[in-house]
Amino acid sequence: MSEAAIRKSQLPAEEDHREDYDEGPLYASAAKIYPQKVWGTFRRLKWGLLIVCLAAYYILPFVRWDRGPNEPHQAILIDLAHSRFYWFFIEIWPQEVYYFTGILVLAALALFLSNALFGRVWCGYFCPQTAWTDLFLWVERMVEGDRRDRMKLDAAPWSAGKLGKRAAKHALWLLVALATGGAFALYFADAPTLLRGLATLQAPTVAYVWIGILTFTTYALAGFMREQVCVYMCPWPRIQAALTDSEALNVTYRVDRGEPRLSLKEAARARVAGRPAGDCVDCGQCVAVCPMGVDIRKGLQLGCIQCGLCIDACDTVMKKIHRPIRLISYDTDENIKRRERGEKAVYKLIRPRTIFYAVVIAAVGSLMLYKLTTRQNLGLSVLHVRAPMYTATPNDAVRNGYTLRFANKWGEPHHYALTVDGVAGASIKSEEADKLPDGRLEVDVDPDATAEVQLYVTAPRSSASAAGVAIVMTATDLQSGETVSVADHFFGP
Amino acid sequence: MATTESHHEVDPVTGQTLTGHRWDGIGELNTPLPRWWLMIFYACIVFAVGYWILYPAWPLIGGFSHGVLGQSSRADVAADLDAIKKVRAQTEAGLKDATVQQIVADKKLLALALAHGKAAFLANCAPCHGAGGQGGKGYRNLTNEDWLWGGALDDIQQTIAHGIRDYADTDTRQSTMPAFGAMGVLKPEEIRQVASYVRTLSKLAPEPGVDVQAGKKIFADNCAVCHGDDGKGMRSVGSANLTDGLQLYGGDFKDLIQTITYARNSTMPAWGAKLDPVTIKTLAVYVHSLGAGQ
Repeated sequence: MSEAAIRKSQLPAEEDHREDYDEGPLYASAAKIYPQKVWGTFRRLKWGLLIVCLAAYYILPFVRWDRGPNEPHQAILIDLAHSRFYWFFIEIWPQEVYYFTGILVLAALALFLSNALFGRVWCGYFCPQTAWTDLFLWVERMVEGDRRDRMKLDAAPWSAGKLGKRAAKHALWLLVALATGGAFALYFADAPTLLRGLATLQAPTVAYVWIGILTFTTYALAGFMREQVCVYMCPWPRIQAALTDSEALNVTYRVDRGEPRLSLKEAARARVAGRPAGDCVDCGQCVAVCPMGVDIRKGLQLGCIQCGLCIDACDTVMKKIHRPIRLISYDTDENIKRRERGEKAVYKLIRPRTIFYAVVIAAVGSLMLYKLTTRQNLGLSVLHVRAPMYTATPNDAVRNGYTLRFANKWGEPHHYALTVDGVAGASIKSEEADKLPDGRLEVDVDPDATAEVQLYVTAPRSSASAAGVAIVMTATDLQSGETVSVADHFFGP
Repeated sequence: MATTESHHEVDPVTGQTLTGHRWDGIGELNTPLPRWWLMIFYACIVFAVGYWILYPAWPLIGGFSHGVLGQSSRADVAADLDAIKKVRAQTEAGLKDATVQQIVADKKLLALALAHGKAAFLANCAPCHGAGGQGGKGYRNLTNEDWLWGGALDDIQQTIAHGIRDYADTDTRQSTMPAFGAMGVLKPEEIRQVASYVRTLSKLAPEPGVDVQAGKKIFADNCAVCHGDDGKGMRSVGSANLTDGLQLYGGDFKDLIQTITYARNSTMPAWGAKLDPVTIKTLAVYVHSLGAGQ
């Protein structure tokens, strides 16, 4: 029999189907979970991280960043109206959306690396779903009491007291949802202005709509859907299962130490009699505190977000019964086997897998950094005018039209000189540009804007061909000296 | 009352109640509509009644019920259009007061005028002159310098506003080329000779076997008065430049014979009668920007 099967066979029969996502009936409605209050190292860590994350979330939209008079002063701003994304010294235009792709790739790789090192730390400590559920559970516990009180209240018939508690809970939930989920809108507009507008009820309608939507989703996801989101909606638990290995640290019930599980008295008798007795007294505390409602003693499973609260619960019990703590701990399956063989536990954080992830993260990160530091503040694109493809002019010449689009990513107006190469005897003109003394055309572009210029190139008929002659347009920034070239064709009869 | 009793009869297999309908011993399970569905259905009915009261809903003889709110899609559209006109009036105030030259000199006005002019061009001019102003046979190609009536901003504005040979407009561009063949001024052979000569003006090959020198003489006697001795045309009378190889109605021998025999004299409408002065100005600026403006 495999270890898992042994563990399973030792469980009481009626527990087999409780909260068992793998083997439960396909369409059964999920049983409500009543997580019990717990205190300890990991609970403290989780509150600490929650406070740090929420603080960052609230403070960041109000951080200012000076970009000159023509651009917003908000350090982090997703400006949908002008299709710009600002992040401190970085400004991203819509065509540079690949930076977002890069960030998503990095985020995925960081998730893989963290998983290879410490299991689902993202799920347990950082995921907004976990954080908000924690916050909502805290409110629920304050209003309705701990696990047993809540179970009792749910089973009780409706009364004024129950109604009052329910009303208070939902009102507080909605307030928390409004203050936390709704605050996301601050990243999409000038935060102080929006806040003032909201306070005086003069904010744009779209702000109210989105705050309403985000408040509702926060309320629904953290108040009602909770662990269902992790089990049924989130893809990560399923991907994670495929990415983990036997050396990854996971919240693990040390089955080698815990089994055979006996009651406190039986265990004492067994030890006196020299029979084997595990440290697990089957008190069920690890299950009672679990926000996912899983039994960690069944081993690594889809439902476990590895928040470590069962470690705190078990440690509390172990201290009370004077057994060593960390019967449940961050450990690996390999180490359980090693200890069963009488070897020492080994923690291998540096493995081919983690090295590989780190190298790929470094590679993607450097590539993005390289792109970011070498990108130009001048953009130029060209489109040949197709109606007509060319014009024959009276003095045996041919003219081609081009639509050029200049992009000025600077925060102040810039001036560009435009030249054309590749076509013999070509002269250029444009209604939108001024002629410089040296014959180049000067194009002026507003700060942080684009400008379209119709360029007409006229050249002797002999310089053109029906198949097209390669032509290169070059723009030079008269202030910074940056140059950008684009290529097209010059057509004739 | 057998049916009432059997209504409570429970099917032993599924545990569900039966409706009481039985055929050949086969009973029908009682599966009522889900409550949530029924509630939404009732809510829809309530909503519909409210809608009848508040909004236009019922057709009546010679009209319809207007509803308490008096909402009207037609009035909404009219209000929206008025609002747009107000916004446009603000942005176009600069265009209204400026001359075409001032518009071209001011970058902001120019950008506005080009956007406005392009839209107006596509809506009004593109059917004849093409989407890019490239024209076609008999329709002026606005991207080359072969202007009959001048390619300066003022000339273009004048042509657009008053048209060519649109006699409903007293300021229209007027000139008529005589139908030399149809009116009997020139004989067919003479037309062949002069057509052949006109081709040589544009350095095109003359028709073989046709007396070009005779054509030259005929040209000097009949055509030079309008097209000039050198055939370069005169903008004051809108006569074509015959030396640039760009003929509005085609430079082939056949095309030229057709032109000389029957004349062409096509019409461009006077757009001033149809479009407002700001649009005429922006059209002039746009056409001028197509590469051939002078």
